[in-house]
Amino acid sequence: MKAGIVVFPGTNCGRDTYEACRFLGWNAEYIWHNKSTLKDYDVIFLPGGFSYGDYIRAGCLAKFSPVMTAIREFIYSEKGMVAGICNGFQILCESGLLEGALTYNLNNKFICDDIELYFEGEEICLPVAHKEGRYIKPKDTVINDLIFLKYKRNPNGSDDDIAGLYDKKRKILALMPHPERAVFKETGNTDGIKIFNFIQKELNL
Amino acid sequence: MTLYSRLGLSDFEYSQIVKRLKREPNELETYLFSAMWSEHCGYKHSKNYIKNFPKTNSVCPDENSGGIEIGSHIIFFKAESHNHPSAVEPFQGAATGIGGIIRDILTLGARPIALMDSLKFGNLDNGRNKYLLEGVVSGISFYGNCIGVPTIGGETNFDNCFSSNPLVNVLAIGIANKQKIVKSIARENCIILLLGSSTGRDGIHGASFASKEMEDKQEDKLSVQIADPFMKKNVIEASLEILNLEGIIAAQDCGAAGILSSTSEMGYKGKCAIELYLDKVHLREKDMQPWEIMLSESQERMIFAVKPEVKDKVFKIAEKYCIQISEIGKTTKGRDYNLYWDGKLLSSTPLEVLNNCVAYELNAEEPAYIKIQKNKILKENDLSAKDILELLKSPDISNKKYIFSQYDHTVGNRTVLKPSKSSVSALRVKEENTFIAFTMDSDFRKVYLNPFEGAKCIVYESFRNMTAAGFIPDGITDCLNFANPEKNETAYAFVKSVEGITRACKELNIPVVSGNVSFYNETDETSVYPCPVIGMMGRVNKNILKNSVSDDEYIYLLGKEISLNSHAGGSFYQKLFYDFLGGEIDVIDSAIEKKISNAILDLIEKNLITACNDVSKGGIFISLFEILYNSDIGFKGSLTNGIKSQKLLFGEITGRYIISSKTDIENELKGYNIPFKMLGKSKKDTLEFDGFSFKIKELFEIYKNAFETELKN
Repeated sequence: MKAGIVVFPGTNCGRDTYEACRFLGWNAEYIWHNKSTLKDYDVIFLPGGFSYGDYIRAGCLAKFSPVMTAIREFIYSEKGMVAGICNGFQILCESGLLEGALTYNLNNKFICDDIELYFEGEEICLPVAHKEGRYIKPKDTVINDLIFLKYKRNPNGSDDDIAGLYDKKRKILALMPHPERAVFKETGNTDGIKIFNFIQKELNL
Repeated sequence: MTLYSRLGLSDFEYSQIVKRLKREPNELETYLFSAMWSEHCGYKHSKNYIKNFPKTNSVCPDENSGGIEIGSHIIFFKAESHNHPSAVEPFQGAATGIGGIIRDILTLGARPIALMDSLKFGNLDNGRNKYLLEGVVSGISFYGNCIGVPTIGGETNFDNCFSSNPLVNVLAIGIANKQKIVKSIARENCIILLLGSSTGRDGIHGASFASKEMEDKQEDKLSVQIADPFMKKNVIEASLEILNLEGIIAAQDCGAAGILSSTSEMGYKGKCAIELYLDKVHLREKDMQPWEIMLSESQERMIFAVKPEVKDKVFKIAEKYCIQISEIGKTTKGRDYNLYWDGKLLSSTPLEVLNNCVAYELNAEEPAYIKIQKNKILKENDLSAKDILELLKSPDISNKKYIFSQYDHTVGNRTVLKPSKSSVSALRVKEENTFIAFTMDSDFRKVYLNPFEGAKCIVYESFRNMTAAGFIPDGITDCLNFANPEKNETAYAFVKSVEGITRACKELNIPVVSGNVSFYNETDETSVYPCPVIGMMGRVNKNILKNSVSDDEYIYLLGKEISLNSHAGGSFYQKLFYDFLGGEIDVIDSAIEKKISNAILDLIEKNLITACNDVSKGGIFISLFEILYNSDIGFKGSLTNGIKSQKLLFGEITGRYIISSKTDIENELKGYNIPFKMLGKSKKDTLEFDGFSFKIKELFEIYKNAFETELKN
């Protein structure tokens, strides 16, 4: 597995994602946001954080970075997958690469907590940390088949308890919880590994 | 009124400046001295006292922050107050407070890895206090979350003395490779670079603003800086890259008194002269006066003294992060501080004079209140079930998830003990394959009643926090929040607190690695109780104890038993139930504290206990309750020997812990030769003791929701 981890100014989960990938035996390298061409990767992560300070709206400015053009090409060429975590999910929605939108949590506050989720027929627990994590689904499209992660007790008011979903071609995957923060046993939770393994399985690698 | 007195310098101080300069300072220089000789920068009322803090085993104690060595790395940590700005503008005040303390860690080349905060507000029955709390918490959330540094814990307390004087103390923690530390000592033949935000008029006089009592709020608002965490995140990453280059001689952050304080300290410490070209500083506003540029406290700025040959590399890094950078001066042979505008010399002052403000002796005679308070006697009512509920509901005691869930406490992948899960917050140091823990503690009521013993109590409470989770203390940082030191009551409390902290640290053989003093926390109506806040770092002994009690475990009290005659002055329940503050406080017995601590570390190492909590605010009841809450379990036994006494259940005396064990460990405990007592056993669903019986589900709901309910009321 070879992972590229995109870093925008203000990205702050890039290092965590990098360390998680390395821990799982993947190759990983950072991609600074000004790159307009990309090497070959199996998966490109858009990690969490506050790209461009979340100014205007979360993800709103990052979509103009040169790397996003390269990522579109990467997706169209079907060379591999793109995985958006938290701010990465927000960027993918802002870019129109995923349908729907992410807006302010119902309580209008930042929520950091360990959250129970339904994933692949089992219950798992992952950390969340976001203020704009309420997913609003598109009005005219049915997306039921694209949902792979749901909240057990919805923390933020997301439509249909949606915590993570694919695009139609299953080449983009995005989620609000942070699997990269639940990899090392010292932190008390390793459920995040299941998400990384899931990505690997999707790629048939 | 003369310019110097308008700027807060006394006649005496001005005469000292004239004497040492051997001339009158010009207008610009008067501004420079007003900032450098302010309480905030000059520590003029405190430096004679805090210089006695023990420093053995601390790294870089004379730098922006000191630290503790862990293998080939240094953990830097420092607490700082941002009280005055937060009183005026809570959101920006708290946010920039984080910004400031992060820079103190960063400037040494350390990556910031965690934050904690100690917050004090007036009671929540007052709308403005709610507003201040919400503002401060969202300011910390806004800033800390954005820069990607987790806020891993802290404390929040309430008393009406903080109504007009909220205290916002933030502790920052960073890690650096021992070989890569950059100090603040400049050398000759460097160029001076200013990296970061442009310089504007925000925060001018911040230093002198923080050095007086609060008065005109409207005017003061202009002295509050504006936070830009996105810029800060870029400044952090750029600075770490820059500090990793060869040829970076010295670094300083622009905090209080901005460019002035950072550059002059650098030159003074490095025994070289500084030349600054003020027309080269990148500005936010046109037509700024030289004194405004020098005193501006615009946020997110760093100063580097570097060898001329690395300039290009530094500029490249700044460009990568889209941050402005200017070459604003150089270091030369000599000992003066010279300021130029367009080649014209505006001011030349010896660094020795600028950086050595006068120091005052304080009037530390015992004030009359000490004896009066000590002799007060409280007549208590019998303990009732209502008291227990009232205590659990009080904002000081109830669960603070409402606050800490607004802070990202897991970013960085280091957090191993999360907020309120344990007596400490802990981080893994992956670089050294070990764990460190931090606490922030205060106990202003006990310090008020007995400053020396009260301050000792705080250090020992932190020590007990460490022990309970399996950690050994390494050092402390302190934030000394006091009222006006020119008044006898405050002066006495300050001097005795400093002595108490010093004594406790010497007994525990730990240094004070860093710290901060905040005076003048008072208004016309109220002044704060003397409020030293201690931040302690510890390293894991063998293994971490994560509290988890199952059904039918043995629960013991370690340490002395409280009696109806015990000294429990300053206990929280007395304030809550009777608005009473008086009597004598219980004093520390260092030998027994260490003995019990060693016993607990041994029990943890042998995996004989499943939970441990020190007994502090709220007495044995709250200590036990916290363990039960985190394990979702009840209890059956006796806590007060059948006596319906509030003091026995809630009274605060020193040197005690509650532990839980899966097996009967009476024999082991006897072997340690320490006082102990079996209290009862854990039990599903109910909490039963001394004639009381509660459904734990109901108590846990109250404890969990009370804080938010109180805020929304």
